[in-house]
Amino acid sequence: MRVFALTQRILRQIVRDKRTMGLLIIAPILVLTMLHLVFNGGDYTPKIGFVDVPTTVVEQMNLEGADVTTYSDEKSAKADLANRMIDGYLTIANNAPAVVLEGSDPGVAGATMKWLQQAMPTGQENGHSPQLEIDYLHGSSDMGTFDYFGPVLLGFFVFFFVFLIAGVSFLRERTTGTLERLLASPLRKWEIVMGYVVGFGIFTMIQSAIIAAYAIYVLGMMMEGAFGYVLLITLLLALTALTLGILLSSFANNELQMMQFIPIIVVPQIFFSGLFNLDTISKWLSWVGPFTPLYYAADALRDIMVRGYGWGAIYMDIFALAGFSLLFISVNILALRKYRKI
Amino acid sequence: MEQPKTCVSIRHVSKSYKKHHVLQDINLDIFEGEIFGLLGPSGAGKTTLVKQLTGLDTPTSGESYVFQTKMPSLKLITSIGYMAQSDALYEDLSAKENLQFFSSLYGLKGEKQTRRIAEVMELVQLSGDLKRLVSNFSGGMKRRLSLAIALLHEPKILILDEPTVGIDPVLRKSIWEAFYKLKQNGTTIIVTTHVMDEAGKCDRLGLIRDGGLIAVGTPDELKEMSNTTTIEEAFLVYGGAKK
Repeated sequence: MRVFALTQRILRQIVRDKRTMGLLIIAPILVLTMLHLVFNGGDYTPKIGFVDVPTTVVEQMNLEGADVTTYSDEKSAKADLANRMIDGYLTIANNAPAVVLEGSDPGVAGATMKWLQQAMPTGQENGHSPQLEIDYLHGSSDMGTFDYFGPVLLGFFVFFFVFLIAGVSFLRERTTGTLERLLASPLRKWEIVMGYVVGFGIFTMIQSAIIAAYAIYVLGMMMEGAFGYVLLITLLLALTALTLGILLSSFANNELQMMQFIPIIVVPQIFFSGLFNLDTISKWLSWVGPFTPLYYAADALRDIMVRGYGWGAIYMDIFALAGFSLLFISVNILALRKYRKI
Repeated sequence: MEQPKTCVSIRHVSKSYKKHHVLQDINLDIFEGEIFGLLGPSGAGKTTLVKQLTGLDTPTSGESYVFQTKMPSLKLITSIGYMAQSDALYEDLSAKENLQFFSSLYGLKGEKQTRRIAEVMELVQLSGDLKRLVSNFSGGMKRRLSLAIALLHEPKILILDEPTVGIDPVLRKSIWEAFYKLKQNGTTIIVTTHVMDEAGKCDRLGLIRDGGLIAVGTPDELKEMSNTTTIEEAFLVYGGAKK
């Protein structure tokens, strides 16, 4: 079968190119590991100065989780704050607590405030305020940023690498004249596109299975749903990346021009993938989201991995991704008419 | 003598890209079992003309027929072997893998595939290099591998675009011997060339210049009619140069 011959050739070429194959698997693993270490490296310990805080108040405070320095006057605390020895200091003036923060890093300022709010004695002497109980519909108090970003990044890596590799590979086919040679053979146009889809599809299945398994089982990324659904979504996303890459490669004359599509096509998709809250994007820009494949893939992956949902929640995303693939496949077949009319 | 059967006929074929005319009203018949040479300087339109016959290009006006069927036709593509001007090879694969890939596109498999690969590689004298990666091949070796690929499926018509560029005289001679052998088996061969001495080896020649066919005939006829002794001189006469 001719499609199979093409598939076999593509797989052979990928396997032959050890370095590219390494990049496709090792690079995402490396970046995910680094993100894991960056985001899950433990909570920040704020450094806080107490300026003349009465011992009665200090005794009631829970001082765990911060480095506390005591100052006798505000002036020396201010000096240390300016030198970034402490992140903030607490004073009690006229029986009301006041806080001064260094404030140049919002993350540090936030951590300092959070700690102070927890540490301050609740109420006065009688301390009868009931403990607020918090339950989670999804996730848990242990869930970190990495767990929330993870599914999006998983999708992003698959999209990015497949887009680039497939695009460059088809571009070479065109520039070396082998595409013309293929069209001088009885191979049909749809067989060329399908050969690429199946060849890269098989490779992407293996690639995303390895990356997803590593993220979930080695790095401990949150995984509530079924692994099979994760693979299904990454495969569909890879197919859109593949068909879009092939399509755009016909607008590039060399590898460098193919790279130029990264900031135009790949990077903007991150903004609509849910890595940033979609509700806060300017209205005049937010309509772009539904036109980007990563928007659907990230939504589905998050539903599966964080929320543990199944088919009922993700089928619309699956249809959207399959729709993108079918659209790009058809346009590709039409675009090949440029080289052979039949 | 029986009338030779027409195998390719080109009727009023013109091709233009925007305002640039590449081919102008070409009429040509090529007979079965002959070696037909298209001779002309580069840029004359040789490649564009042969592409009309491979189905890779369609004329702006006029028609071309291969075995009385209008091109492009998917059914006829299997009876045509095409070797393009650039070596369309996968450099990261071995010669054998290239041959395997292209032969399965033409539906050759199993024992027949193995036999054909051995035969064509013997013909182009590359039998010892089957397992080597194409990226390690010299220019001439790549040219010969391209030729071998065009021969794989035993096409009835062989269209070769500048087949002997970058090949040394000894090897060129052996390739031409291969052409004669194929001709004896009934294969029609269409060769484009800009080398005059190679043109002398063809059964018939078509002289092409600025997109127009300026003369057709056997090398001897062309020399005789133009009253010259070499094809090069004949080309100049037909091209309108003063003697």
